[in-house]
Amino acid sequence: MAFNHKHILGTEYLSREDIQLILDTAESFREINTRSIKKVPTLRGKTIINAFFENSTRTRLSFEIAGKRLSADTVNISGSASSVTKGETLEDTARNIEVMHPDIIVIRHGHSGAPHYLAERLNCSVINAGDGAHEHPSQALLDILTMRQHKGKIDGLKVAIVGDIAHSRVVRSNLYALNKMGADVHLAGPGTMMPSGIERLGATVHYDIRAAVKDADVVMMLRIQLERQGMTLLPTLREYARFFGLNDDVLKLAKADAIVMHPGPMNRGVEISSAVADGPQNVILGQVENGVAVRMALLYLVSGGEQAVE
Amino acid sequence: MKILIKGGRVIDPSRNFDQVADLLIEDGKIAAIETTIDTKAADQVIDATGQLVTPGLIDIHVHLRDPGLEYKEDIVTGTLAAVAGGFTSVACMPNTKPVNDNKAVTQYIINKAKNDGYCNVFPIGAITKGMAGETLSEMGELKEAGCLAVSDDGRPVSDGEVMRRALEYSRPFGITVVSHTEDLSLVGEGVMNDGFVATELGLKGIPWVAEDTMTARDVMLAEFTGGRLHVAHISTKGGVDIVRQAKARGVNVTCEATPHHFTLTDEAVRGYNTDAKMNPPLRSAADVAAICAGLADGTIDAIATDHAPHHIDEKNVEFRIAMNGIVGLETALPLTLELVAAGTIDLPRAVALLSCGPAHALNIPRGTLEIAAPADVTVIDPSLKWTVVREELKSKSRNTPFTGRKMKGAATCTIVGGKIVFSR
Repeated sequence: MAFNHKHILGTEYLSREDIQLILDTAESFREINTRSIKKVPTLRGKTIINAFFENSTRTRLSFEIAGKRLSADTVNISGSASSVTKGETLEDTARNIEVMHPDIIVIRHGHSGAPHYLAERLNCSVINAGDGAHEHPSQALLDILTMRQHKGKIDGLKVAIVGDIAHSRVVRSNLYALNKMGADVHLAGPGTMMPSGIERLGATVHYDIRAAVKDADVVMMLRIQLERQGMTLLPTLREYARFFGLNDDVLKLAKADAIVMHPGPMNRGVEISSAVADGPQNVILGQVENGVAVRMALLYLVSGGEQAVE
Repeated sequence: MKILIKGGRVIDPSRNFDQVADLLIEDGKIAAIETTIDTKAADQVIDATGQLVTPGLIDIHVHLRDPGLEYKEDIVTGTLAAVAGGFTSVACMPNTKPVNDNKAVTQYIINKAKNDGYCNVFPIGAITKGMAGETLSEMGELKEAGCLAVSDDGRPVSDGEVMRRALEYSRPFGITVVSHTEDLSLVGEGVMNDGFVATELGLKGIPWVAEDTMTARDVMLAEFTGGRLHVAHISTKGGVDIVRQAKARGVNVTCEATPHHFTLTDEAVRGYNTDAKMNPPLRSAADVAAICAGLADGTIDAIATDHAPHHIDEKNVEFRIAMNGIVGLETALPLTLELVAAGTIDLPRAVALLSCGPAHALNIPRGTLEIAAPADVTVIDPSLKWTVVREELKSKSRNTPFTGRKMKGAATCTIVGGKIVFSR
């Protein structure tokens, strides 16, 4: 089937079939990542700009490796080094990038909607690598690929997502995608971190981690930003760990074969205990590994996907 | 110079007058309104057959950006936009550079408007020095210089004691205090209405309660002090309820609503549309319904545009950092007529909300067609169809969410002090 998206701005805009195609394509790329020569010529001659206007290590590295393994020329712009700090507008930055004729821009930006803004103004493909509290589509896709590998399917899975729902782009992207794939999504978090109307995106809302985790097939813990401690959203991290952290006792409520996920970076002892993070049910590094394959698939598909993988 | 407006439906809600009649203007004043006036009595005759003849429309909430921010708008372009929209009087907010918190700035605005402007301009002074919310401005001298009201619009007076004293101090001067009601601690970093759309777009929300708690505080302070309060741009159901209850108790309070708040909801923000970003933000459908009910039952006294011109560079950016506000002078009249077409309000009520209602709220000596009153008259073709085209707007800025909207109704002739300042 054909992939008809020039941009990957969010899972909101992807159909179930699109998602399946991305996952299947990623599966076929996974093998390349284990070869001794980890490189195919698929995107030779293509230029990919990784424009990260907000800090990121994992996602940027993952996109960069994905591009390089497909033989594209990848260039990185980071927030502090970019002209943003010199007061240039995003539109001017975009225009300057444009005239260098990149094929794909991968953008991470602190402002929700920034990738949409670029997509409206540029001729090249735009891939959203995280915009504000809006979407982080490649993360949700790698999450779902990981779930599929371990569970064989997504339809009917109970997925619990726990943490700072309000500020999480991972949650929104997962909600759109998981619902399209037929999962039953349950959210839990403190009352201060649950945004208005989130249930309308297809989720059951809990304020008790136990209710969300009970009988779950997948438990996904979100990172708590440490700076939120002492703000009005959260009294202390200690209290957060007690009421919303995942430990062995809470995990026992999930199905015996439940998997534990985390988009990283983890705060051990806060949202997740070390015992769980390193325990037999964790698939956290598998998520990271799948990240490269999913991003290879996205780069390949938005490039037209016409060339065979060798 | 005698102007005769013939055959129009003359609607003057200030006197409950509504019938087809001829209106004669002489020496800048309303000279006569009669069933038939001989065309020989006039130097110029305007055929208003099939049209409405109303008191010149009044907008008590505009930002003319002059002095200091002329790259967005100035008194000339702002008043031209006003008369093109049918307005003959505007009251302009003090958040200029420098702030209009003193006699000199007030006089500058009045003089420039008189010399170069197209309509009457009534400056609104600041409540506090520099709009900093700390020390009261010299309201007595502002009144002397020509300010009828004071406001720190754009910024709430956060300190309750300062607001209390402002209401007490302004009262004997006959000055209205116009309050931008907003609890900044509840607004936080919000950039649009708090609700499902904000959640979906991943944008921080401004909850209705951030507005309502402050509206309630200021209404209570008005009740306590006996001061004269006008609540600016009410956008919530709760705000309408608070004012309705206060009026029932006899509190000396009036309020206004903007066309965008009775026309659009936060759905307009989708696509990160910065032309739908303003403060207060576009709210929910329930809030829109409550504002419409308030316009109909008299709770809301005036329709005011909060005309807020911004340069393209201030809007053509990421949503979170875009400036708040939209231009409104040239779209207010047809949007109000949409309420009439929808049966929300009748035509005389619509005219009242744009003339004697706002005049009463700020004590502006306009908004009536009584004999000998200054001849501010607007002739409106209620069936004229047009489409909003950015480039055709008279305002220096074009930040409007109504681009491309099909409108029905427009001012065909705007007369200020007996002088035709705009016609189409």
